[in-house]
Amino acid sequence: MSYQEFKDIFYNGVWKQNTGVVQLLGMCPILAVSTSVVNGVSLGLATTIVMALSNASVALIRQLVPNEARIPVFILIIAVLVTAIQYLMNAYLYSLYVVLGIFIPLIVTNCIVLARVEAFAAKNPASQSAFDGMAMGLGLTAVLAVLGGLREIMGHGTLLSGIDLAFGPSAKSLVITVLPDYHGFLLAILPPGAFITLGCLIAGKNWLNQRAESRQARVEPVASAA
Amino acid sequence: MAKAALMTALNLGAFALFGTALLAFIYNQTHVRIARSVEEEKLKLISQILPGNLYDNDIIRNTKEIAPDPLLGNEGNTTVYRATLKGRPSVAVLEAVAPDGYSGKIYMLIAIRENGEIAGVRVVSHKETPGLGDYIDIAKSDWIRGFDGKSTAQYNDQDWKVRKDGGKFDYMAGATITPRAVVKAVHKALQYFALHRDQLFAGEIR
Repeated sequence: MSYQEFKDIFYNGVWKQNTGVVQLLGMCPILAVSTSVVNGVSLGLATTIVMALSNASVALIRQLVPNEARIPVFILIIAVLVTAIQYLMNAYLYSLYVVLGIFIPLIVTNCIVLARVEAFAAKNPASQSAFDGMAMGLGLTAVLAVLGGLREIMGHGTLLSGIDLAFGPSAKSLVITVLPDYHGFLLAILPPGAFITLGCLIAGKNWLNQRAESRQARVEPVASAA
Repeated sequence: MAKAALMTALNLGAFALFGTALLAFIYNQTHVRIARSVEEEKLKLISQILPGNLYDNDIIRNTKEIAPDPLLGNEGNTTVYRATLKGRPSVAVLEAVAPDGYSGKIYMLIAIRENGEIAGVRVVSHKETPGLGDYIDIAKSDWIRGFDGKSTAQYNDQDWKVRKDGGKFDYMAGATITPRAVVKAVHKALQYFALHRDQLFAGEIR
């Protein structure tokens, strides 16, 4: 596989077909968990691992599955992977499991995992598929980080609260109080806050796209003249 | 056509079998460690809610199995950890379940002093909304410390509610169901303790 191919998959996953602000798939966990940066990034990374693994496994076995049975088989593979990860984390990374525990089963219900398996891994070789899962997951993580950050600042006036749960009590000093003496803005933490903030993010992404397009349109005639 | 359907079914069955076998294997490899992690976490919590000057026995070994009771909200036998000071019972640590959390059951440890006062309460596990209902967790806020020192002698039945319902316990706006469930469960555990006090401390004390 060529470098260009990797680059295309990465650009596609992180920006062009971004799960959070373009494909708008898997909204339930995105809206439910993005109450803070730490929550958002944690779930994003867990989803990234599941997507890379499920894409790779499906790409490996895709020739063995009859077409009409593929969806149940794919869901089965995703559920097995998520449950296995949950067991392993519970046994070997207990403190992280305590933080992420409630989010992990949510990954099975995230339709973006199945969507990538069906749209990409079922037609492509394993390494490309694993990379696609990772790129899509990272794009989702980026959206969750920004969304979580905005909601956390608006809702609690802090950033990175709860980071000590992932990195131990010494990390508590990393918590940033953006707005001191802030009394909190409940709407930002509640589900409507998630919808409103996500709407603003989508608008922002579309605005950037349009600006890039119109700039290109202005540049092109000059280039053709030269 | 029938043959194709059969092949598809067999294929699906094979994948299901393989997936189940894989999970069974991983479960087998990890469940002992998982149980140990949960136990360690529980002991860490117990040491948080039991002030060191209240006991001098080996609390981890001094346990008793008790039958399920609606006042504790549990379904199977649970363990009571019994603390003693100079050979006299001082604190009992009960496992209790609040069945009516916002998203399922809330598992708690409640330490009650011999005189019926609460020494401390901790949430062991819950599925409440992150960033909203999870302030019952000591890792997120000090709310749960509000139970320290409370008893049924101090607060009457009407007081054992969140302020919104006319009681004496604080709650955070936007998440009332969670603290309501916790307050109710703690109150019921105190009632259980009052009814079974002698039974809880009976038996050999180590």
